[in-house]
Amino acid sequence: MSEIKKIKNLKEFSTSADRFEGANLLCPGCAHSIIVREVLNATNDDMILSAATGCLEVCTAVYPYTSWDASWIHIGFENGSTAVAGAEAMHKALKNKGRLKQDRDPKFVSFAGDGASYDIGFQWISGCFERGHDMMHVVLDNEVYANTGGQRSSSTPIGSSATTSPAGRISYGEKQNKKDMLAIMAAHGSPYVAQVAPNKWKNMIKAIQHGFEVEGPVFINAMSACTTEWKFAPEDTIAISDLATDSLVFPLYEIINGEKLNITYRPKNVVPVEEYLAAQGRFKHLFKDQYKYLIKEWQERVDQKWDYLQRREEASV
Amino acid sequence: MENNGWNEFEIGAMLRSFDGAATNIATTHTEDRNYSNSNSFTASVADWRIEKPLFNKDYCIDCQFCWIYCPDMSIISRDKKMIGVDMDHCKGCGICVEVCPTNPKSLLMYAEQQDEDVALAEWPEKETKEK
Repeated sequence: MSEIKKIKNLKEFSTSADRFEGANLLCPGCAHSIIVREVLNATNDDMILSAATGCLEVCTAVYPYTSWDASWIHIGFENGSTAVAGAEAMHKALKNKGRLKQDRDPKFVSFAGDGASYDIGFQWISGCFERGHDMMHVVLDNEVYANTGGQRSSSTPIGSSATTSPAGRISYGEKQNKKDMLAIMAAHGSPYVAQVAPNKWKNMIKAIQHGFEVEGPVFINAMSACTTEWKFAPEDTIAISDLATDSLVFPLYEIINGEKLNITYRPKNVVPVEEYLAAQGRFKHLFKDQYKYLIKEWQERVDQKWDYLQRREEASV
Repeated sequence: MENNGWNEFEIGAMLRSFDGAATNIATTHTEDRNYSNSNSFTASVADWRIEKPLFNKDYCIDCQFCWIYCPDMSIISRDKKMIGVDMDHCKGCGICVEVCPTNPKSLLMYAEQQDEDVALAEWPEKETKEK
């Protein structure tokens, strides 16, 4: 195993050389590339990457350009994870036979949006985790199919207005709650699953490096604030992410070996969920009198979840 | 570079990021890399910008918040120092200005046609808190 890159503080981290290039076509202020940068810069090892169809893939591989300075592959919407799993199996086989030209162990990472992980690629990811490949699956969770114009995915939270679940006179938008993907992946017996956010970079780097360190399939759910579909100004990406983590709408925690849950970030001042909702255009309709009860329900749901996480951490199960 | 039409483009195409062999890219900064023509680094998105960030190094404390949160790899940092903005790849989103903690901010958004020297000469003064 190669050495873990030492990152004590941001100044030291800033000496990293990016392996993800500019002039990609992601929207200004997109959190996707902040996440990708933090993942790629967490290690100095070679990387074998894939991206499932989604914003990240269509924006970074527009013919005749590529924005990736590492081996990168795209195949289909659903099988980004299996492409990397296949590469990992190949690497292992060649290594066992002593036929590797270079004696270096790369890191295997597949990127996918929430659509390609929660819905379309779910079966494939489940397969990779069941077979126990030594890889990492990073979900760029923007809670909507942003690439195709904002259709709801099973990650879209209640009350959000998406193009296939629009808010109006009769409906308040999306009616199903977000899928608890972390619990599902932890139940696969994965050695490490974690929920991270790019605005808490230190927390995120720690999670990623831990994920690289352990052997086996690692699942990382990274919140990616989407300026286009969440409807906020591009410069507010970090502010909105801060609101999401501080209001506990997006709690940061990890589950080790499918059983031990740790909360990795506890906000000093918990912000009411209302502030998080008010900052985004997709929840604008919730502030009409007829839908105001939903904000109260949101708060209750978030409190309940936080309470549940704390109880699990305390009991260390 | 050769431009192919969609029907001349082979299925399963491969693009190379660098010319020739590339090793230890993770420790090589952009100026020492041998980019190929198919690397998006050689392209520019400068025409996306309406406003551009200007950098005043007098107030910078090298906290590197702008570097970590820049989505376009456009903050150039070398040896733990922030040295400037890469105007070829900056899309003008303004995140760097929002996360800048100094007072006054050492990065500010200006209209694209703003002259840099004039902006630096007229940089805002430190804001004092009203009690």
